[in-house]
Amino acid sequence: MSIKKHVKLGLSALALSVSFHAMAAEDPIKVGILHSLSGTMAISETALKDTMEMLIEKQNEQGGVNGRMLEAVVVDPASNWPLFAEKARELLEKEKVDVIFGNWTSVSRKSVLPVVEELNGLLFYPVQYEGEESSENVFYTGAAPNQQAIPAVNYLKDELGVERWVLAGTDYVYPRTTNKILETYLKDMGVAEADIMINYTPFGHSDWQSIVSDIKAFGSAGKKTAVVSTINGDANVPFYRELGNQGISSSDIPVVAFSVGEQELSGIDTGPLVGHLAAWNYFMSVDNDANYDFIDAWVEFKGDDKAVTNDPMEAHYIGFNMYVEAVKKAGTTDVEAIKEAIIGVAVPNLTGGIATMMPNHHITKPVLIGEIQDNGQFSVVWETSSTVAGDAWSDFLPGSRDLIADWRAPMKCGNFNVKTGSCGASAGEQALADAE
Amino acid sequence: MGILRSLLSLRLASLLVLLMAIAAPAFSQTEEDPGQALLANLADASPRQMDAAIEAIVNSGDPRARSWLDAFGNNRLSRNKDTGQVVVVLRNVGRDWTIADPLTGENLGEISRRELDRVNINNAIRGKLEGVLAMLDLYSTNPEIQRTAAEAMMGKVNETVIEPLNNLLAQDLPARVRDRLELAVAIYQLEQGDAQAKADAITTLTGSLHSRARAALNNAVAGDDPAIAASAKAALISIEQKLKMNRAAETLYFGLSLGSVLVLAAIGLAITFGVMGVINMAHGELIMLGAYTTWGMQQLLPGQPGLALILSIPAGFMVAALAGIAIERSVIQYLKGRPLETLLATFGISLILQQLVRTVISPLNRSVTTPEWMSGSLVINDALSLTLNRLYVIGFALVVFAGLMLIMRRTRLGLEVRAVTQNRAMARSMGIKATRVDIMTFALGSGVAGLAGVALSQITNVGPNLGQNYIIDSFMVVVFGGVGNLWGTLVAGLTLGTINQILEPWAGAVLAKIMVLVMIILFIQKRPRGLFPQKGRAAEG
Repeated sequence: MSIKKHVKLGLSALALSVSFHAMAAEDPIKVGILHSLSGTMAISETALKDTMEMLIEKQNEQGGVNGRMLEAVVVDPASNWPLFAEKARELLEKEKVDVIFGNWTSVSRKSVLPVVEELNGLLFYPVQYEGEESSENVFYTGAAPNQQAIPAVNYLKDELGVERWVLAGTDYVYPRTTNKILETYLKDMGVAEADIMINYTPFGHSDWQSIVSDIKAFGSAGKKTAVVSTINGDANVPFYRELGNQGISSSDIPVVAFSVGEQELSGIDTGPLVGHLAAWNYFMSVDNDANYDFIDAWVEFKGDDKAVTNDPMEAHYIGFNMYVEAVKKAGTTDVEAIKEAIIGVAVPNLTGGIATMMPNHHITKPVLIGEIQDNGQFSVVWETSSTVAGDAWSDFLPGSRDLIADWRAPMKCGNFNVKTGSCGASAGEQALADAE
Repeated sequence: MGILRSLLSLRLASLLVLLMAIAAPAFSQTEEDPGQALLANLADASPRQMDAAIEAIVNSGDPRARSWLDAFGNNRLSRNKDTGQVVVVLRNVGRDWTIADPLTGENLGEISRRELDRVNINNAIRGKLEGVLAMLDLYSTNPEIQRTAAEAMMGKVNETVIEPLNNLLAQDLPARVRDRLELAVAIYQLEQGDAQAKADAITTLTGSLHSRARAALNNAVAGDDPAIAASAKAALISIEQKLKMNRAAETLYFGLSLGSVLVLAAIGLAITFGVMGVINMAHGELIMLGAYTTWGMQQLLPGQPGLALILSIPAGFMVAALAGIAIERSVIQYLKGRPLETLLATFGISLILQQLVRTVISPLNRSVTTPEWMSGSLVINDALSLTLNRLYVIGFALVVFAGLMLIMRRTRLGLEVRAVTQNRAMARSMGIKATRVDIMTFALGSGVAGLAGVALSQITNVGPNLGQNYIIDSFMVVVFGGVGNLWGTLVAGLTLGTINQILEPWAGAVLAKIMVLVMIILFIQKRPRGLFPQKGRAAEG
């Protein structure tokens, strides 16, 4: 059963602002929110739904966009991948939303892809992912591997002198692809096969004793060792606990995580974790007024003094503002017009820089490395000197090296092969083919 | 020698810290406090100048140096953006942070975190700082601090501390401290010393199980000097032999520990499913309730995680038992003898309970603090240490098991339960209230699940998904052990845990799990009633 509610946030602002009355009487812009509010992914996705509602409320207080109010249409795909596709169809066909913000896991995005392509919708996807995809109808506001994994590995190698690598991940598509990219990248840099240990664990793995013991043994070979972790969700807490209990401190074997953010840390006693690392494009602790304003607004919206912000929330903030700018630029919410208008749109991010929508539907982001502190926050210890443009197709995978994505006319292709000069199947068709 | 002198003076000075704190600030208002310049220097230092800035603070011999460096190491030094003053952050949660003056210790009240600029520290600097602080602690008169400091010196020795360390070694030291320091110095010598020092170092390191010692020897094997490399190799081989025994012991411990978790999770089910025959898919959520009780108890007793945990044992039992009674009365009693319907209904209950926790408490995991006496590990030797939280869980599992055995074998309730499950009609005609026994049995099984939750809160995360992760494993253990047999559950849990841990390093976590499942399937094919099948007439029912 799905919880569905129509939030008419525009009404209060409407009453306040008489001057907008005439224009606001037009149909509202319908914003579909496709995040799980129940099931296993609710832990991560609920906050994103709330973020979207907050952003819409703020926008309406300013009079909406082009004089039209925004209206959130919330559905609950319940952490059920096929249900994501059904709910996306419901949003586009029945609710006739103008844009969808949603999804967390890659598998849910792959399930939605054929639907948004078929019905020509717009989807903003806010989470870091494994890349290897570019759809005409999807805008990827999270990090591609070159905006998170590769810079993090560079930091470990150059700043901490790491020579031995443990690539530990949960057994699904994002860690497997990321680790494949990292393995090739490390080998290209001259790291020997024997200095790379790859380990996969099932979802929700809770018994880390022998793996942590293995990592400890692997780390006693004389070379500086680090763990690059793509361990997902709940499995992180017991993993870090085991590290602490077996006495592995961050100065012995640092762990750099790609899926551990402020929200995950709020469920752990971070005392033993101080100094372990995470790579993101945003941290709540970033010292910047735009960020502080965002946090204050969020704390107020949630009515919880301890509410935390995280990277995917910033991605939604950027994606939402980009959409608003594109609507202003195009003067309409027509999907074709937005697709054309949004490329090149630049909005401020929360870390003091500018995010630009690139022709491959990925955005520019700074890369930050943060160390865990005892208050559950990260302190930034390193960042790229400028923003990095997201790369849809990795240069470190054999199949994707020759592919580029460019959605501007005349190319309009998500996987153009520069060697053969041909355009492959669309991301949605690809996802359907893979599913069969 | 400069650094040694300052270190010694710091030791004396640290004794005076308490006095200093009580006494009025040593520096009058007009006189510039040298600490101010030292701290400003630290705050302004670029990563390259950090070493010098830290050294300057140590060398100053200032009695407050230790507290400054501690604050720095804990990420608590910040700069006021307006005034440029360096402050210590006492509380860094929320929007306004409490700060204090590092010079006088005076509390400066709250300030918006927007006004503060953190003095940056990273892993590399923290590592060096730990070395510096450990070096200071080596002069401590408290043997505990001294021992920890000696432990921390492993791999942290460099050319600046080698001389004071050698001087320290010439003095009278507790055996444990001396042993550690000798190893630490040997590791340094093996890396930096001349040929003779290297040879001596290898002699010292031979037989040491410490991972840093192995790392140093490994590096020596890869070094240029063939003679050193050969003897390092020989030393490594002898160490490797010793390690094998330790690794085997470690694997066994891991297995027992995973096994005891499985036993805890399954033992409640062994009663509700095994003895009563009720397929309770909400069993995992009863475990979850126990874990949340622990969290709730810690919220009620802030600052006393240990006491809260101990009180959670009866509380977790009660909460889960009451929830069990509610489930039994509202659903299961109406579905007696209809296993498929029971399965579906209890599965529904499990989803309801999960979503209830998500809506009422939070979809996020809750942080349960591990009490001091349960964190860390019991060090047997350098290669083998038993993590304390798991050691407690093993003990707890055995106690719970023994308790249940007592109840089933020695009490009236146990007798009645066994009578009702063997022949319900006969038991009733003997005057046993079967309905009451049903309620009590289900409450007992559920309560034990709550106990498992209390224990699991110390190992895994407390969140709405906690139960899901254990329900399949629990059924697996009960079926493998033989339905209706508590001993079977114990043996099955420990066996599966050990097999899993033996397979895991060799096959990987995913494959190990699959292999265990395949093994159980094959086993059940051969012996459908599990390890310890019930015999006699009771088995036919």
